[in-house]
Amino acid sequence: MSLNIAAKEVKPLRTNFGYTARRVGENKPASRYQEAVYDIQPTCNFHYPPSWEPDKMLFDASRTAIVMQDWYSFTDPRQYYYTTYVAARAKQQEVMDSNFELIEKRNLLQGVPAAVLQQIREVLIPLRHLEYGANMNNQDICDRGYGTTITSLASFNGFDRIGMAQYLSRIALLLDENEETTLLAAKTAWLDAPVWQPLRHAMEDTFVLDDWFEIMVAQNIVLDGLIYPLVYERFIPALTAQGGGTFLMLTQFMNEWYGETVRWTNQLMKVTAAESPANAELLSAWTSQWVARLEQAVLPLAQLAFGENAAAQQVAEVKQELLARLAKQGIKV
Amino acid sequence: MAKKLNMRKRYELLTRGLGWEPTYQSKEKVFSNESYEGIKITDWSKWEDPFRLTIDAYWKYQAEKDKKLYAVMDSFAQNNAHLNLADATYVNALKLFIQGVTPLEYQAHRGFARLARQFSGEGAQIACQMQSLDELRHTQTQIHTISHYNKHFNGMHDPFHMHDRVWYLSVPKSYFDDAKSAGPFEFITSVSFAFEYLLTNLLFVPFMSGAAFNGDMATVTFGFSAQSDESRHMTLGLELIKFLLEQHEDNIPIVQGWIDKHFWRAYRVLALVSAMQDYMLPESPMSWKEAWEIYFVENAGALFNDLARYGLRMPKYHEQATAEAEHLSHQVWGTLYNYAHAASMHFWLPDEKKMDWLSEKYPNTFDKYYRPRYEMWAQMAKEGKRFQNGGLPQLCQVCQVPMLFTEVSKDDPMQISYRSSEFNGEKFHTCSDGCKDIFDHEPEKYVHAWLPVHQIFQGNCGGAAIPDILNWYHFKPEDGGDYAGSADETRWKAMHGETTGAASSDTESAEEKAAA
Repeated sequence: MSLNIAAKEVKPLRTNFGYTARRVGENKPASRYQEAVYDIQPTCNFHYPPSWEPDKMLFDASRTAIVMQDWYSFTDPRQYYYTTYVAARAKQQEVMDSNFELIEKRNLLQGVPAAVLQQIREVLIPLRHLEYGANMNNQDICDRGYGTTITSLASFNGFDRIGMAQYLSRIALLLDENEETTLLAAKTAWLDAPVWQPLRHAMEDTFVLDDWFEIMVAQNIVLDGLIYPLVYERFIPALTAQGGGTFLMLTQFMNEWYGETVRWTNQLMKVTAAESPANAELLSAWTSQWVARLEQAVLPLAQLAFGENAAAQQVAEVKQELLARLAKQGIKV
Repeated sequence: MAKKLNMRKRYELLTRGLGWEPTYQSKEKVFSNESYEGIKITDWSKWEDPFRLTIDAYWKYQAEKDKKLYAVMDSFAQNNAHLNLADATYVNALKLFIQGVTPLEYQAHRGFARLARQFSGEGAQIACQMQSLDELRHTQTQIHTISHYNKHFNGMHDPFHMHDRVWYLSVPKSYFDDAKSAGPFEFITSVSFAFEYLLTNLLFVPFMSGAAFNGDMATVTFGFSAQSDESRHMTLGLELIKFLLEQHEDNIPIVQGWIDKHFWRAYRVLALVSAMQDYMLPESPMSWKEAWEIYFVENAGALFNDLARYGLRMPKYHEQATAEAEHLSHQVWGTLYNYAHAASMHFWLPDEKKMDWLSEKYPNTFDKYYRPRYEMWAQMAKEGKRFQNGGLPQLCQVCQVPMLFTEVSKDDPMQISYRSSEFNGEKFHTCSDGCKDIFDHEPEKYVHAWLPVHQIFQGNCGGAAIPDILNWYHFKPEDGGDYAGSADETRWKAMHGETTGAASSDTESAEEKAAA
């Protein structure tokens, strides 16, 4: 079909959808991000009360104690909607694929000292279960949260966690030449070994929190804010000196992922705290409560990763980094 | 040398044992939605993962698909390819789609997130989470596809605001609210099985083949791009049903009840699609009746033959739906025509060519019942007495379609079908045995329905006069009414360099273009 060049009238009638025009202005074009996220969640005139929570509406801002005049005050600094999200991850997975391929092809794990491999088996692989739990929490935020700019990021975040759990599984299969020994041992350790129990216990306590924003703080701010720096910024790089540099490549995704994630969680905390002193107080109360709980919970893991003597110092440092970062967003603990 | 893993084994190992087994909190508390519907799951590990798609493969494939899709969208917009449509009347199908369907994709996105949190088996959990993300994709790609049309045609400018408020959109909205307010197993039976598995072709064919037949390449591309996701969703729907039935025999009557209910609910939503398919498309790929025969009677018939060994039978009242196929689109379109002044899309009377097509497709009913009606309305319009309904229709308490369906299966197709039930001393009206059954089974649920007409009378919709209500809907004067003389028509003609001329010249130019 050819273009009708005889067309007389092709000047657009309008620049925007009404729902984006109300936010960006009538004659200012909206970006694809804005079209894809602003105000697309239902807000009113629901037909039936949810059987799973009859005292609330299907979409209900009162599922958190956080109060926002406008739940779309927060927007993602990365401007992720579905397509930009999968495009970014597709690039990262390509890199990861070639990392895995190279290591497999060149047999790069062969030169790694057994002690390092043992460290990986014990410290890193069980984290696949932690990622799975983090996914559950983020699916929960996507389900019960309010406002698409927030809930869609929880959806992406949860998806990333399963992706990372699968990367960790691939590392385990690589270590064992496709036998499942490490996977099984990691699960047993996760369920029974004392080192993981405080963490697993804390995770289960986050699962049953009523307030989805508290889950956001406990999981995506505090727990990630301790675990990721400890494991991917400290533990893995430290293995390089012991001949485990390959694992930097095998966890490249996780490291980059965290750096990227902090951008939106910072922004979310900043916008939410700036809304009202009540929000700021709530956020700092949740933060201090979960920091207190989780710094204890990650300590045994830090001991396993860094040794008895260095562990407390490592945890104290990442905690300070986290609190300093949150202070910049207006959350004082 | 590492041992080789086939795809199935490899996928199994990657997700092996991830399902959470709580010990510090009770399982009932952590997965609080899993048991209250009475469904018995004895062993989640029996879940056979239907896709075995790893997350990294998903990112890769989906990014490739989207790259192509957005390239088509961009070139469509750049070339003003809407000028190549068969006719601007076609765009009304897109108005119905963005107002009525796209918001449902969003609801599905959030609904599947709940399942992804609440199912304790990792196989089903991950499948639901993938679908949740797909549904977000569909919402957003539909917005982006239709964004260009919104710039050139009326009625599509505020779809999400409308979906929460407008009378005819409460039909799809209440259907999804129904599923979403139910427990997770009912939700997935409704959406994945009753809708996506049983009936999805009846939505997909009218819209996507309709787009193909009418020169809308952007929507066609979207449709094809979504199809590979949809086939995953259909597989999930079937896998879920089989899984539930194999897990425990007590599940069978529960699941059958849900299939009966949600088949009928979804079928009533599709009544709107039937009207669009038979009347809105300038060039129709097939009639509603033909689509129903192929995609429901034949396909679902074969499916339920397979499912009989699990103890499932065809959904209740499917014979009624089949009998109604001769009447459905005509009854709905006639009603929409009556209320064209209160819609954010255009309706019109079928021209001679369309009526001949309808006679051919509906030899038993069209000339006998519906052609005379259209001819009378055409005559009235000619005399300046365009027929429109100034009152507000009574709505069915369950499906929320105005009471327009007739006693087709009682062989009395000119008698409007009314049913009613008493609950807590009040009377509730339904449109059919199917809807009455649904009401009677859960009256305490359906009394909550946000019925647009009741809400208008209660003063909750912007005011008492029609213009106030339309304003509250964010409808603009140019959004509704007849197509003839509409701003869309005038503009379409201007787009093609025409300033005058009757509707027939449009048809001709459309045919010329189709021939080219």
